[in-house]
Amino acid sequence: MAHYLEVEDLHVSFYSGDTVSYAVDGVSYYVDPGEIVCFVGESGSGKSVTQLAALQLLPIPPAKIEKGSVRLGGKELLQYRSDSVEMRAIRGGEIGMIFQEPMTSLNPVKTIGKQLMESIILHMKCSTDTARKRSIELLRQVGISDPEKRLKEFPHQFSGGMRQRIMIAIAMASAPKIIIADEPTTALDVTTQAQILDLLTSIARKNNTALILITHNLGIVARYAERIYVMYAGNVIESGLSRDIFRNPVHPYTKGLLQAVPRLDDNHTKLVPIDGTPPSPGKRLPGCQFANRCPYATEECEKPQGLKLIEKEHFCSCQQAPRAVSCAPEKNTSDGVYEKEYEFEEKVLEVSDLKVVYPVKKGLLNRTVGKTIILDGISFDIHKGETLGLVGESGCGKTTVARGILKLIEGTHGSVRMNGEEILPMKEREFRPRRKNIQMIFQDPFSSLDPRKTVGELVGEPLLIHHLVADKDEYDRRVDRLFSLVGLDPSLKNRVAHEFSGGQRQRVGIARALAADPDIIICDEPISALDVSIQAQIIILLEDLQKKLQLTYLFIAHDLAVVKHISHRVAVMYLGNIVEIADSEELYRNAKHPYTKALLNAVPIPDPVVEQARDRKILRGEVPSVINRPIGCPFYDRCEFATEKCKNQKPELKWDENGSGVACFLY
Amino acid sequence: MKSFFKTLFKRKIVVMAALFVLLFIITAILAPMMTPYDPYVGDFGDILAKPSMQHWLGTDEAGRDVLTRIFYGARTSLVIGVISVLISAVIGVLLGLISAYYGGIINVIISRIIDVLMALPSLMLALALGMVFGRGTLSLMIILGVSTIPTYTRIMSAQVLSIKNQDYILAEKVVGAENKRILFSHILPNCFSPILVVLTTNIGGTILAESSLSFLGMGINPPMASWGAMVSAGCSKILINPVYGIAPGICVCLLVYGFNVLGDGLRDVLDPRLRGSI
Repeated sequence: MAHYLEVEDLHVSFYSGDTVSYAVDGVSYYVDPGEIVCFVGESGSGKSVTQLAALQLLPIPPAKIEKGSVRLGGKELLQYRSDSVEMRAIRGGEIGMIFQEPMTSLNPVKTIGKQLMESIILHMKCSTDTARKRSIELLRQVGISDPEKRLKEFPHQFSGGMRQRIMIAIAMASAPKIIIADEPTTALDVTTQAQILDLLTSIARKNNTALILITHNLGIVARYAERIYVMYAGNVIESGLSRDIFRNPVHPYTKGLLQAVPRLDDNHTKLVPIDGTPPSPGKRLPGCQFANRCPYATEECEKPQGLKLIEKEHFCSCQQAPRAVSCAPEKNTSDGVYEKEYEFEEKVLEVSDLKVVYPVKKGLLNRTVGKTIILDGISFDIHKGETLGLVGESGCGKTTVARGILKLIEGTHGSVRMNGEEILPMKEREFRPRRKNIQMIFQDPFSSLDPRKTVGELVGEPLLIHHLVADKDEYDRRVDRLFSLVGLDPSLKNRVAHEFSGGQRQRVGIARALAADPDIIICDEPISALDVSIQAQIIILLEDLQKKLQLTYLFIAHDLAVVKHISHRVAVMYLGNIVEIADSEELYRNAKHPYTKALLNAVPIPDPVVEQARDRKILRGEVPSVINRPIGCPFYDRCEFATEKCKNQKPELKWDENGSGVACFLY
Repeated sequence: MKSFFKTLFKRKIVVMAALFVLLFIITAILAPMMTPYDPYVGDFGDILAKPSMQHWLGTDEAGRDVLTRIFYGARTSLVIGVISVLISAVIGVLLGLISAYYGGIINVIISRIIDVLMALPSLMLALALGMVFGRGTLSLMIILGVSTIPTYTRIMSAQVLSIKNQDYILAEKVVGAENKRILFSHILPNCFSPILVVLTTNIGGTILAESSLSFLGMGINPPMASWGAMVSAGCSKILINPVYGIAPGICVCLLVYGFNVLGDGLRDVLDPRLRGSI
């Protein structure tokens, strides 16, 4: 049985100095025309390298394809040199590629028409005129309006989502048989992500093009994939039809991954994290790469593993498979009962009508000629022990809210009361001693820790700044306790930040935020820089700490599933406004604002059965820029219910008796 | 610390440079013990002697032993080099730190002063300042120091501008750290590596500048031993005792070269991200 693309036993290593990293360690897969195949895995699992190696796009050296075979339509590709005529005809001809970062994969000094036509002329060998016609047609296919005019524009004149559409058009230019899309939507917002992926899959289906989708997002896999390859540490550990794998995941890693991801439709089920971190590519384990993190591991797992057939088309590398099958994923609903009966009395933080406005200055005298409204009147309260989730797409002002409350930016108006005390007009000198009451956990654990200080010094610093310890003994004890609190060994405190993994660094960041016993902790996208299995560890840590220490969180994130999972109440932001605020379960079941509905609709759920049953609507258009803010409702131009009133008048946030609020004229 | 030196001395040429520098430092410290002669009192009966067993490099026009003068010259060069570089580094780093961190009008004032200093060629500036302050070791150190302040201020400004917008500085503000703590405990240590590299290289440059000034007669006062002055004096006696002028010249070259290569080696090592990975 010959498949269109067949890769067998591919091994790729990277050489740097004396060290060898085994990036891809014997991967086999196949793709047939018209299929949608997903490669899913965490960073470093080798999913991208596998595809790049098959196309010989890896720089050699340091990379080296050790062995294996890549056959396309029966022809062995590895016999050709990377820069040979044959390979160049295949890349962009038979196989198109779409990369993660639409901002950098288009040439900024050439018009998009030039870039499109270049690809068409190269592979179709046609005249400029035909190429222009085909470009226009392609742009229309990928949903770019007014294509004749836009051909003459440069990449920077397009938004990220539009650029990714252009990348799709370029990849489609030569009518390839296969398109490889490497995390095509990771850099995009969730509503744009849905638009792009729907477009990509529908174009692929229409042209009978196979689509290889590389992603770390299980929701995307469930929504779009027909077949799946799950990768871990350079190996395919499980493969099969999408519905089989989600219904009956066999490999402990696949099972773990499915339990580690918060789902939009879960009932606050406790996440089950996968402990530990993947082995580094330089130090592979002798047998199963997952053995050191696997709860079912035995001595057998230290022997080399091969793929085993579980059912039709479903393979798994786990030798314990029969046993693992017998303990299929438990849906632990018992302790996952959603506790509705929470009573929060004391208000810790009251934000009302918070505005952030930057003046626009122009001319020789630097006169103020206008203003940019970043936040347009935000109001919410947070009670002691509560988690308020703040969710919205990039550019909606989530981070500005955090910085405004923390008094880290200029141009704030309105009122922010912390423990009943108005803090916004305070001078920095006056506010500084109160900073210990409000702390922050940063998004990027790599840049938010001073690389020159030991983590012990960093965690202990707030204690010294606010004179919270009497002597060295007490200081040491407090620092040690903070380390154990976040699950780090106190003996590690003399190391510097870059000796830790991302998850560990984020723990250091949390310990530091806890040091001064704050009343409120603002978590600004605390997990979005981390891998899926590590994310669950941090979410669980934050939840446990809240229970133990009665912490109050303002949890900011773009991932609705995560926000819903961790928060008691959720506020949805759009273009500097809160459009809806409600209890998290209520918001999910009973969303009112059209934007909230669209947002919920765009988030994929990692379960193909649920996904197929869902009524899917794609939000049209893109978020308008803050410079061109609509006069009326900010969501006006994308809303299907918009009326004349919405255009001219801005709806205020209206509260109902349950403490939910929505800013829409429909309610 | 161990891995620091291991990486630093991985390149053979850096080892050599470090040895040169070390050799001259030892010479400068132990000068009185290494020679039986007095550097200032000459034997007028034996002037401009050719190299011999008594005087390995001969004697100068006052009958002083050239080798002894070179030993003491190392002392002069190193003291002037190190102290004037420290003067300029301390002032330059502080100015750069403050101007870039606070910005605004402070930045404008400091930057313009630095622009003016930079516009003047440093050797010319040194000559001019020398006229005003008069000759002498102290004024020479100040003159040489002031002329290299802009280098440090500029490097420091660039560093601070990129570091002050890093998340970890924002994190310090969130924790409630005062500006003083942020500046000296977090920003300064993170700017230190490029400064240390320039500092090392600049010691070489300053030694060269001191020698040049002394060669022109604008440097230190005559009885003191200076390599530049010796080259200058030896130049005119090149036909009588060629070693007299050439030997101190070679010393200047070796020492300056040593500091430059050492600075280069430091540049390769001083990257905080390398720590732990080696």
